[in-house]
Amino acid sequence: MARTAYLLGRGAGASRIVRFSGGSGKFRAEDPHVPAVTSAGACDTAVDRVIPARGPTQAGPPAKERPVSDKVVAELHEPTPSVGDGGPDMIQLLTPEGQRVSHPDYDKYVADLTADELRSFYRDLVLIRRLDAEGYALQRQGELGLWPSLLGQEAAQVGSGRALKPHDFVFPTYREHGVGFVRGMDPQSSLQLFRGVSQGGWDPAEHNFHLYTIVIGAQALHATGYAMGVRMDGNVGTGDPDRDTAVICYFGDGASSQGDVNEAFVYAASFDAPVVFFCQNNQWAISEPVEKQTRIPLFQRARGFGFPGVRVDGNDILATYAVTQHCLDEARNGNGPLLIEAYTYRMGAHTTADDPTKYRVSAEVEEWKFRDPILRLKSYLAHEGMADESYFTAVDEEADRFAAELREGCVTMKTMPGETMWDHIYAEEHPVMEAERAAYLAYKASFEEAN
Amino acid sequence: MALEKVTLGKSITNGLRKAMEADPKVVLIGEDIGKLGGVFRITEGLQKDFGEERVIDSPLAESGIVGTAVGMALRGYRPVCEIQFDGFVYPAFDQIVSQVAKMRARSLGAIKIPMVIRIPFGGGIGSPEHHSESPEAYFAHTAGLRVVACSNPEDAHWMIRQAVACDDPVIFFEPKRRYHDRAEYDTAAASAPRGLFEANVIRHGSDVTLVGYGPVVKTMVESAAAAEAEGTSIEVIDLRSLSPLPIDTIVASVRKTGRLVVVHEASSFLGMASEISAQVTEQCFYELEAPVIRVNGANIPYPPSRMEEEFLPDLDRILDGVDRALAY
Ligand SMILES: Cc1ncc(C[n+]2csc(CCOP(=O)(O)OP(=O)(O)O)c2C)c(N)n1
Ligand SMILES: [Mg+2]
Repeated sequence: MARTAYLLGRGAGASRIVRFSGGSGKFRAEDPHVPAVTSAGACDTAVDRVIPARGPTQAGPPAKERPVSDKVVAELHEPTPSVGDGGPDMIQLLTPEGQRVSHPDYDKYVADLTADELRSFYRDLVLIRRLDAEGYALQRQGELGLWPSLLGQEAAQVGSGRALKPHDFVFPTYREHGVGFVRGMDPQSSLQLFRGVSQGGWDPAEHNFHLYTIVIGAQALHATGYAMGVRMDGNVGTGDPDRDTAVICYFGDGASSQGDVNEAFVYAASFDAPVVFFCQNNQWAISEPVEKQTRIPLFQRARGFGFPGVRVDGNDILATYAVTQHCLDEARNGNGPLLIEAYTYRMGAHTTADDPTKYRVSAEVEEWKFRDPILRLKSYLAHEGMADESYFTAVDEEADRFAAELREGCVTMKTMPGETMWDHIYAEEHPVMEAERAAYLAYKASFEEAN
Repeated sequence: MALEKVTLGKSITNGLRKAMEADPKVVLIGEDIGKLGGVFRITEGLQKDFGEERVIDSPLAESGIVGTAVGMALRGYRPVCEIQFDGFVYPAFDQIVSQVAKMRARSLGAIKIPMVIRIPFGGGIGSPEHHSESPEAYFAHTAGLRVVACSNPEDAHWMIRQAVACDDPVIFFEPKRRYHDRAEYDTAAASAPRGLFEANVIRHGSDVTLVGYGPVVKTMVESAAAAEAEGTSIEVIDLRSLSPLPIDTIVASVRKTGRLVVVHEASSFLGMASEISAQVTEQCFYELEAPVIRVNGANIPYPPSRMEEEFLPDLDRILDGVDRALAY
């Protein structure tokens, strides 16, 4: 009955209005990096008026004057930042050169990180880049059917993944090998699907890491529903850090166009779901640049759905860690949902089946090389005297061993015998499965007999 | 005559190009179909030649592709939608089933939806999930849609032209594992109007009839050749049209052979073979020497690619089906 009480008795409308107009949450009105939602009214008018007015407006009758905040109008008319420049709203704690820049709201999330922890961030970055390189090589050698590379997105994945608590829950796409790794998944897991021995192959409950979702955007609704369940269970806003739970949903810039993702935003907002939508804007959806999906920076989409959005430098592991930490806390405290746009770049092809020379210029890739997520942490660690060459060498050596194990594990991975195709499809006995399996075995046996 | 050796994929490209040259209202819409030319390169070069307004890179949303194509059709265009892979058509399922299929009837014939929805389908390419499915029965089951599947380069060329010319919505299935198959044919003749909804008797025979469509047609022809060496004479029919079903051609053949084996990659349960079996049983009850045999995909989600050989109808399984039919 807790569920009924939640659905019927929470007085959502009232609490929602207080929250928005009062701007009481620190993340909302005061945070300079989150577009302020001043009042529901201003928002509605802004959308009505501003969007049709894009570009010259001489033609047609004069638009009816409506009260609208100049700030909102100006913001919506801001050009979408050009590639490579996350714009003034992007949160950064480490510059591409590896210099620590201070941020009034987010410093506190990294202030207590020890040198050990920072080194382990570095290690994770190096290991998952190696995992990725191995995935690529294994595909080229015919050991994998396909490999979607995470090259360039390491900081977005490790930073956000490391901000999670074990009892939080992750809904990945097909590219989050790095998140899975920091969740403690066996790195072989992400190879199974691409080797073609399984369509998933792990128990999501083991590391609170759901199966990969290839159908673009579908997992956004699953994450939202899971988060609705967390709320129904009463596991938000209790103040107990072992109980309060957040859900994180990964998706891409392309996915932001899918109906499922937009519906997830609506549901999450409507049910105050403790979910953090984590969009890795790697600037490309296969051959289509992000401009094909959106006119405004993606993080600003959140406002239209009634929750905060924030853009973070996705190649800056400290910033992604801090911002994700903050947003997860908000969600755990019952202030979800939230949207994080991790501004990053897909350095490689979409997958090994793709040829990016057909649609993008190499100068763009070259430009992004200067923002490499690993180099910047490495310079920072070296500059601060937290790590030296011998440490970096040791990590590289560990990566070599890791790669060798990975490769060994991959090439010896067993393909299941044909008759297992009928396993696990239904929870309960199903006569068709039994019959088809039997027919298959009889058919196979007929070859043996013939020989 | 313009004899050329062309792949199945390029034959569709050429057919689309001809259709676009012939009618300025023909527009293409889909994911990555512009600069990239689609993940299978079927629209390669078309955006360069016809512009971004006629070869539209869509945002990543399939319901959007089909839904906006409906609007374009209402505005007098002939949209050709590309769905990137079979398993990604489902976000557009509502638009296709509830809107595309029914709109003409609801308007009492006042409007038409001359739309083509191209879907690369079938397995055998070693891909992860959602990239190897055969969803044709869902669409064939839906009144208001026409559903076809090509199997070879020449058919691919003229069939896509006829699909674009058709005033009804056509779901156009392309056998993705055959995209690189090459054949020589008269490309000039491929523009001539032909009946899109007629089956093709590829090979005449007297003992058993084999019916299939799309990627398995080639396998059926190989099976027939192998059977001939063993002394069995097989008639092979490429269905081409799944809806409407060219049942007369099948019935005529079964009246001759008395035995029918229906092959497809899609699961058997309520699949095309089930419908064909029912209709043939109704019409040929006394001529049948054996029950209609189905050689289809198993009734499971498409398996991991390293097991797909065990799932897909191959030469051995087709001949096993033939043997079972002959055993009666
Ligand atoms: C529903 C659906 N449509 C199309 C595809 C094919 N597809 C796979 S990845 C992709 C692009 C995804 O882009 P984005 O969301 O930006 O994620 P990224 O691959 O860049 O990480 C597309 C179109 C799919 N997997 N699912
Ligand atoms: Mg992307």
